[in-house]
Amino acid sequence: METGFDIALALLLLCVGGWSVIARNMMTAVIVFIAYGLLLSLAWVRLHAIDVSLTEAAIGSGATGLLMVIAAHKVAGDTKRVVQLSRGFHVLAAVFAALVAVGIAALAFVLPGEPSSLAAPVLERLPDSGLGNPVAGVLFVFRSFDTLLEKVVLLLALIGVWALARDADWGGVPGLRLFRERHSVLTLLARTLPPIGFVFAIYMTWAGADVPGGAFQGGTVLAAMWILVMVAGVRRPPRISSPPLRLAIVAGPVVFLAIGFLGFLAPGAFLAYPEGFAKPLIVAMETALTLSIAVILGLLIAGPPKGEDAP
Amino acid sequence: MADLFTILAVTAGAVLFLAGTVGLLRFPGTLARLHALTKVDNLGLGLVVLGLMPQMGFLAAAKMLAVWLLVQLSGAIVTQILARSVRGGGER
Amino acid sequence: MSAALLFWLAGSGLIGLSVYGLIVNPHPLCKLLALNLLGSGVFLLFGVIARRGASAGLGGDPVPQALVITGIVVAFSATAIAVALLLRLHTEAGEASIDEEDGQP
Repeated sequence: METGFDIALALLLLCVGGWSVIARNMMTAVIVFIAYGLLLSLAWVRLHAIDVSLTEAAIGSGATGLLMVIAAHKVAGDTKRVVQLSRGFHVLAAVFAALVAVGIAALAFVLPGEPSSLAAPVLERLPDSGLGNPVAGVLFVFRSFDTLLEKVVLLLALIGVWALARDADWGGVPGLRLFRERHSVLTLLARTLPPIGFVFAIYMTWAGADVPGGAFQGGTVLAAMWILVMVAGVRRPPRISSPPLRLAIVAGPVVFLAIGFLGFLAPGAFLAYPEGFAKPLIVAMETALTLSIAVILGLLIAGPPKGEDAP
Repeated sequence: MADLFTILAVTAGAVLFLAGTVGLLRFPGTLARLHALTKVDNLGLGLVVLGLMPQMGFLAAAKMLAVWLLVQLSGAIVTQILARSVRGGGER
Repeated sequence: MSAALLFWLAGSGLIGLSVYGLIVNPHPLCKLLALNLLGSGVFLLFGVIARRGASAGLGGDPVPQALVITGIVVAFSATAIAVALLLRLHTEAGEASIDEEDGQP
């Protein structure tokens, strides 16, 4: 029964993935890609990785999908001009792609027989941190340097996106204007959903210490609420030069770094937590990170600042 | 008894999902497709949730009910927006 | 056939499909989409490795799982920059195209 479900899911993943590759219309491809992301998060559940599943659904499918939908909407006219590639080139590309796929698939049969695993050492030291979720433990205790740098990557991405604004628009309002007319139904959704979303995001971040969830997923839910409010026109996006906005953006990385340097004082190493204080420090870090992630994700999707007159 | 109820309700829900998906793929025109889709959202998911409730503890059942209500809210509103954009222009 | 092997095969199939899409789709946005698909296929392989490492009562090795979470976020950041570049190119040139010679029909 379960194997049947897995086979169906794997086939469906391949079909939907293939569809989004060969779809003629760009918007179709993007929407199929979003559906693919949701199916993929089901596959992650089947692989016993609930944290990854939540991240895939929220960021891989939701946030990436939204970015792509906005982009596909803006470049919709480009599809008229289709570059004609010769049939031979298509066949060559297909053969090459098939060789890559077969090569990687064959690796499954030469993997070392006795799989190595860090699950036991992680579980052994996890109680010291006060966390119950092993994935959160890896993210915030054992590999916290990775997590810190990943936040810096998000920050750099935002700076990169902003840097693409015209000089005249610098410091202005992000150019997210999907609905020019006010839509009363959408306004209703933008007024009723955010309170629920806020509570859910806080719950997700808080519960992430012990069960699947955490700052990323909570932050993405918050970002989604903010984008909904911006798209519906209930609140305009803020000017990117506004000091509170910039404070919210750097809050997460700054708190993370501060706690990291605090480690030099007490246990004597960067990003080491003092004995017995790991849990409160991690929760403080996650709170600041949730805020920063939400604001950065929202601004990444809202795009670079744009003047009022630009289309 | 509870198991029988679960099997019946979830099967009925699955049939609705199948019918709705066939409708989504085969119906002509966006409005007809939306019509097919709303049945899946409301009744199909509702039946699946209802069927699974006796198998869960109280808290999990309440969470599933909340999921269904949220899908109702977003589904109804998104359908409205799509339908209005099909009819052209939306409201002024 | 175990679920892990099945998803390994699905992951490698997805990588193949997206490599094909990356080569033949002319529009940069389609290429970007194929690149994301490629990334998700590689993540799926990671997930299988994590699942193989299931021990000590856990369903999978948490270390590769955490790496995949970081990877998804980084992939999103890269996509955001790529989309912004693409849209800027679109506003400057009237269309987002990356070929030079065949540009004018």
